[in-house]
Amino acid sequence: MNHLPLIIKREYLTKVKNKSFIVMTILSPIIMIALIAVVAYLSNLNNEKVRVISILDESGLVKTVFKDSDNINYDFLEGVSLEIAKELVNETSNYGLLHIENIKNLDSVSNHIKFYSEESPSLSLISDLERKLEKAFTNLKMEEAGIDISKIEASKVNINIGQENFSGEESSKIDSVIKLIFGCAAGYLLFMFIIIYGNMIMRSVIEEKTSRIIEVIISSVKPVQLMLGKIIGTSLAGITQFVIWVVFGGLLMTIVSLVLGISLMDSSLPQQELMEMASNNQGVEFYFESFKQALSNMPLINLIIAFIFFFIGGYLLYSSLYAAIGAAVDNETDTQQFMLPILMPLILAVYIGIFTVIEDPHGTVSTVFSYIPFTSPVVMLMRIPFGVPIWQQVLSLLVLIGTFMFTVWFAAKIYRVGILMYGKKPSYKELLKWIKY
Amino acid sequence: MSNLLEVSEVSKHFGDFKALNNVSIQVPKGSIFGLLGPNGAGKTTLIRVINQITMPDSGEVRLDGDLLNPTHIKDIGYLPEERGLYKSMKVGEQALYLAQLKGLSKIEAKKRLKYWFDRLEIGDWWNKKIQELSKGMAQKIQFVVTVLHNPKLLIFDEPFSGFDPINANLIKDEILRLREEGATVIFSTHRMESVEELCDDIALINKSNKILEGKLIDIKRKYKTNTFEVGLEAENKTALNTNLAEKFIVTEANFKSLNNDLKLNIKLSENETAQDLISFLNQKARINHFVEVIPSANDIFIQTIQNN
Repeated sequence: MNHLPLIIKREYLTKVKNKSFIVMTILSPIIMIALIAVVAYLSNLNNEKVRVISILDESGLVKTVFKDSDNINYDFLEGVSLEIAKELVNETSNYGLLHIENIKNLDSVSNHIKFYSEESPSLSLISDLERKLEKAFTNLKMEEAGIDISKIEASKVNINIGQENFSGEESSKIDSVIKLIFGCAAGYLLFMFIIIYGNMIMRSVIEEKTSRIIEVIISSVKPVQLMLGKIIGTSLAGITQFVIWVVFGGLLMTIVSLVLGISLMDSSLPQQELMEMASNNQGVEFYFESFKQALSNMPLINLIIAFIFFFIGGYLLYSSLYAAIGAAVDNETDTQQFMLPILMPLILAVYIGIFTVIEDPHGTVSTVFSYIPFTSPVVMLMRIPFGVPIWQQVLSLLVLIGTFMFTVWFAAKIYRVGILMYGKKPSYKELLKWIKY
Repeated sequence: MSNLLEVSEVSKHFGDFKALNNVSIQVPKGSIFGLLGPNGAGKTTLIRVINQITMPDSGEVRLDGDLLNPTHIKDIGYLPEERGLYKSMKVGEQALYLAQLKGLSKIEAKKRLKYWFDRLEIGDWWNKKIQELSKGMAQKIQFVVTVLHNPKLLIFDEPFSGFDPINANLIKDEILRLREEGATVIFSTHRMESVEELCDDIALINKSNKILEGKLIDIKRKYKTNTFEVGLEAENKTALNTNLAEKFIVTEANFKSLNNDLKLNIKLSENETAQDLISFLNQKARINHFVEVIPSANDIFIQTIQNN
């Protein structure tokens, strides 16, 4: 008799109906979005405040470089002494006072510029001021040396090296960034999924043991069926949770940004990069184009198919081990000893993915670890956006499936014996002995 | 075919430990079969072999003439000693799930559950969670789930533990009724008074070996020692006692009587009969009490294990 669907249904329903599961499913996106909204709102508040900076330029050299912007207005003081200027700034509650002494020797200019303020100024403000002053004084010095600045400006060249492989596919630097984001997201998703839902499987096995229902159940179904039912049921519950998170989170995000009138997406992009993009000759449009280009350059279909297979393979591989651990122990505190050997390769995989694949996606280390079944799902998923030959993917997948079948067999053996063992915590040696039972 | 279950020469090792050593038992159809033995003797392993939870290393098990196979799962109802239910699941849902695992359809399972719940007057528990019930209440539900699919063979491991006397009696009556309806029952317990009360046949397992099997009544016959418990009224009890001790093996007995009797257990040799003893005693004293000592299941248990 095949009871697998029945078991899957029960596991799924009990997980989904569980109160803490429901609370987690609903609260997590709310908390996440709330946090993002608060951060975005605050940084927006901060940005909207216009700061006024007074400038006392006794040298009269650099007045031209300070132009009012969205966030900062400049107020030029003239013909007052430093003491009076300070008092003035204090009274008008301007943000600060930039004082440039009357200097004629441009070599020692650095020592003669000071910024006075009530509170210590932000780093970005100071470096912004420094950049402006540096530019101004550099230009001044160049003029002094008789160099024509307009010629220098005119002779500036911007380079973005186009990349193309031997089979003629074009790519660029931004390509690599996009690929990296895709690879890391896929690998990291798998990592999180294994840890969260693997633990859930383990706990549900332990629950059956501690409530002593297990013997009743396995007088009706084969332990392997029960184990697979658990793994599949819990995974389906996990996928449900993930989908709800994505949909609900997306919905909330839209609503919140409409209500507050803040674009949450924008605030998550680093300001500096936006500025650099804007200051670049080619402009934002160029980047948008190359982003689209990068997407179409990626082996998207390959990526999706590989993601599905490696995700399922890797997840089943690890979750069967989690189930075996759950069967081997009596309570959760005893699991620590067995968790380490599971977590180690998983963490290793993520580190290799982040540090090695970025550096050299087809190097020896990345290639080798994308074949080893315990790291291959994560590492291979990170490599695939950079283009991995199909035969390599298939080979790695075959190794993964082979190992997966072995671990399921192994886990089922431990599971079959372990679920009926109570009392002492088994050692590794005993676990090996169980396989022979 | 008079045996429902035949276990022949079953052995099972766990590593170096031998849990069962060539154990054979025959369980007659329609009987209540007591599976006895001290803790760790191998009873549970044998029960697990019959339930196909554990595969034997060697030997075979036949149910109704057929070698055990997965279709037999629906023919067996098993109430393990280590039992429990999902704590956070509702009673009704849980019972339905377990019944479906035994091969009942959902509709049929619901119908039968309703019948049993009404019968045991636990109908209003349907929507309660197990963690809200007492241990005895949970045991009742467990019992219902075990018998719900009308199995040919029922295996109860310590079925009365956790029940108060009233509920224990209720369950006992249900077991007897199920037997009337044609079920065969294997009954594993340490409570000898319930063995005495319920079992037709017994098997005794000690240290992985079966050391005794048969009809309880036959075994008792075999174990009786030709001993009689007597209450005698005489003028000189001490003289009588000495007199008797010269002729028979005499020990002091302990029973209740209305007279100030000399209470003795008198063991006869093999060729002497009760008649001989009575006529001998008649000459010496007045007999107020005369009973053959029948060994209790408890005595047989202790004696056999100690001699083994």
